[in-house]
Amino acid sequence: MLNTIQSYVKAVDGVNLTIEGGKTYGLVGESGSGKTTIGKTIIGLEKATSGQIMYEGQNVTNKARSRKEKYAAYNKDVQMIFQDATSSMNPKKRILDVIAEPMRNYFDYTPDEIKRRVVDLLEIVGMNAEAMYKYPHEFSGGQRQRIGVARAVASDPKLIIADEPTSALDLSVQAQVLNFMRRIQKEYNLSYLFISHDLGVVQHMSDDIAIMHRGRFVEQGSKKEIYSNPQHIYTKRLLSAIPDMDPTTRAAHKVERQRVEAEYDAQETEYYDPDGRVYDLQEFKKDHLVALQPEAPNASLQNEKVKTGGER
Amino acid sequence: MAVERSLLEVNNLETGFRFGDVYHNAVDGVSLTLKKNEILAIVGESGCGKSTLATSIMGLHDHKNTQIKGEVLYKDLNLLDLNEKLYNRIRGNDIGMIFQDPLGSLNPLMTIFNQISESLEYHSDLNEQQRKDRVLELLNQVGIPRPEQIMKAYPHELSGGMRQRVVIAIALANKPPIIIADEPTTALDVTIQAQILDLMNDIQDETGSGIILITHDLGVVAETADRVAVMYAGQIVEEAPVEELFANPKHPYTRSLLNSIPHELESDDDELHVIHGTVPSLQKLPRKGCRFAPRIPWIPESAHEENPVLHEVSPNHKVRCTCWKHFHFEGEEK
Repeated sequence: MLNTIQSYVKAVDGVNLTIEGGKTYGLVGESGSGKTTIGKTIIGLEKATSGQIMYEGQNVTNKARSRKEKYAAYNKDVQMIFQDATSSMNPKKRILDVIAEPMRNYFDYTPDEIKRRVVDLLEIVGMNAEAMYKYPHEFSGGQRQRIGVARAVASDPKLIIADEPTSALDLSVQAQVLNFMRRIQKEYNLSYLFISHDLGVVQHMSDDIAIMHRGRFVEQGSKKEIYSNPQHIYTKRLLSAIPDMDPTTRAAHKVERQRVEAEYDAQETEYYDPDGRVYDLQEFKKDHLVALQPEAPNASLQNEKVKTGGER
Repeated sequence: MAVERSLLEVNNLETGFRFGDVYHNAVDGVSLTLKKNEILAIVGESGCGKSTLATSIMGLHDHKNTQIKGEVLYKDLNLLDLNEKLYNRIRGNDIGMIFQDPLGSLNPLMTIFNQISESLEYHSDLNEQQRKDRVLELLNQVGIPRPEQIMKAYPHELSGGMRQRVVIAIALANKPPIIIADEPTTALDVTIQAQILDLMNDIQDETGSGIILITHDLGVVAETADRVAVMYAGQIVEEAPVEELFANPKHPYTRSLLNSIPHELESDDDELHVIHGTVPSLQKLPRKGCRFAPRIPWIPESAHEENPVLHEVSPNHKVRCTCWKHFHFEGEEK
């Protein structure tokens, strides 16, 4: 459905990903890894310096904010949920207008139709119709984030970029928002690009996953493969750092984590080229790509993108 | 585990914030003890009063708009009776504090050396050379590479993880027997978080200090704590050794929280547990009866105590109210 190819950008450097209809693509990485930049580039808040973004066969690279008729569908179909719901809503607008804005942009609804639709949307995210006449500050963080979800759905999108949508929320509120996101997905056959640093949340939400480091993908594949069979040392390190919910295995978990950490320190040079750049992805097996050092020197010659290859 | 004399004892602490002429208690009758050599985690969601509890122990509230009652006993002193001058001798010397946001708790215009040295100057009579040695020792202890150089750096020149290490070094400077850490890893990436938690465990092993760890993250609790107190709406609702709490949670709130942790989906209809309703605001908080009752409306009123108190249900395991005995999740048979 969507294909990004960007190369030699500092923040994001040569990544490819395909998001299928009705599926969730999880983008994981630590701060500064470039995951948000990918989301912003797709939605048009950043410009790609090279590469392509294809949407349903159409090249929409850097056209996300274009007013041209031919990109109108893309603009309508791709929406975003932000991490901080408070700052992503105009404090002077009532919830009715917050949610109605995308509809007014894209549809010719009458005021009555808009109102009815807003009530429906609020209901989908578990809120009363009376919320319509209130202002953003009158709601709790979780409620505001649910309003953010309702607004993103308002234009009947096909893809929603969700950038850390629950990172600012409490556990019980996060559960609520994630449940609503999954229900809406089923109901409207939505796709998500789910960006998060939280490996637990991504595991819960995603079908496919890419792990990012230094602006590149270190590993990419189905959720099951990545979580149960990680290959890249960075992925292993990230997974081993997730706190274990079982205090009785704490000591063993710590030993394992420190073992992986030591392995990371020892093997770092084998997984990154001399400039510290992540290697290109190679097929490890079906549904599973890993950025490994090219095996033979020939391999690097065949691929001009790899500046310095395996021989050292 | 040997029975140790408690380091710090909090008795029936109440911290009320003023709204007009009325004080509303954000911390409402909290009692706890911190022993030497243990990490006591206080866990709860935003607004449960866990940070207010920490700042009340540290005496960081102004007396105009806050009303604090109860006792905070340390070395035969009730800290709440101390004046500002005496409190200043305790803070930083006897109780070290680590805050969530390292950038916010460091002075951007001071070098790392000066920030750590400041506390030594205030609380000890080390001379300049001794202070320098101590700062180097501290930076080594918290795992900062090239301490000689880092010492001369400013906070903005360091990464988030390094800054948090500096904050920990400041908290440790005078070897305080008590450390209060308020969400020390919340702003950090997961790999850095793991390093900082290891560091806190190591420090505790080395110094034998008692640590109060305030967090919303149950994973952090499971990885570090010895004992856990779960807070809801200003009160402790459950308190237990960490293994016991995770293996055998009793209070409906604790059980609900553990159930809402994201997990791998078992089926397409698998949903996370959502706690009914929302946390009431401070002004609207019910002051009578079980405060969690409105969140579990399917449990009959008779299951709750009229004035819920903490009951010891097994050795060292305390649970507030009696509703846990009758609790089942909605739509589930008991």
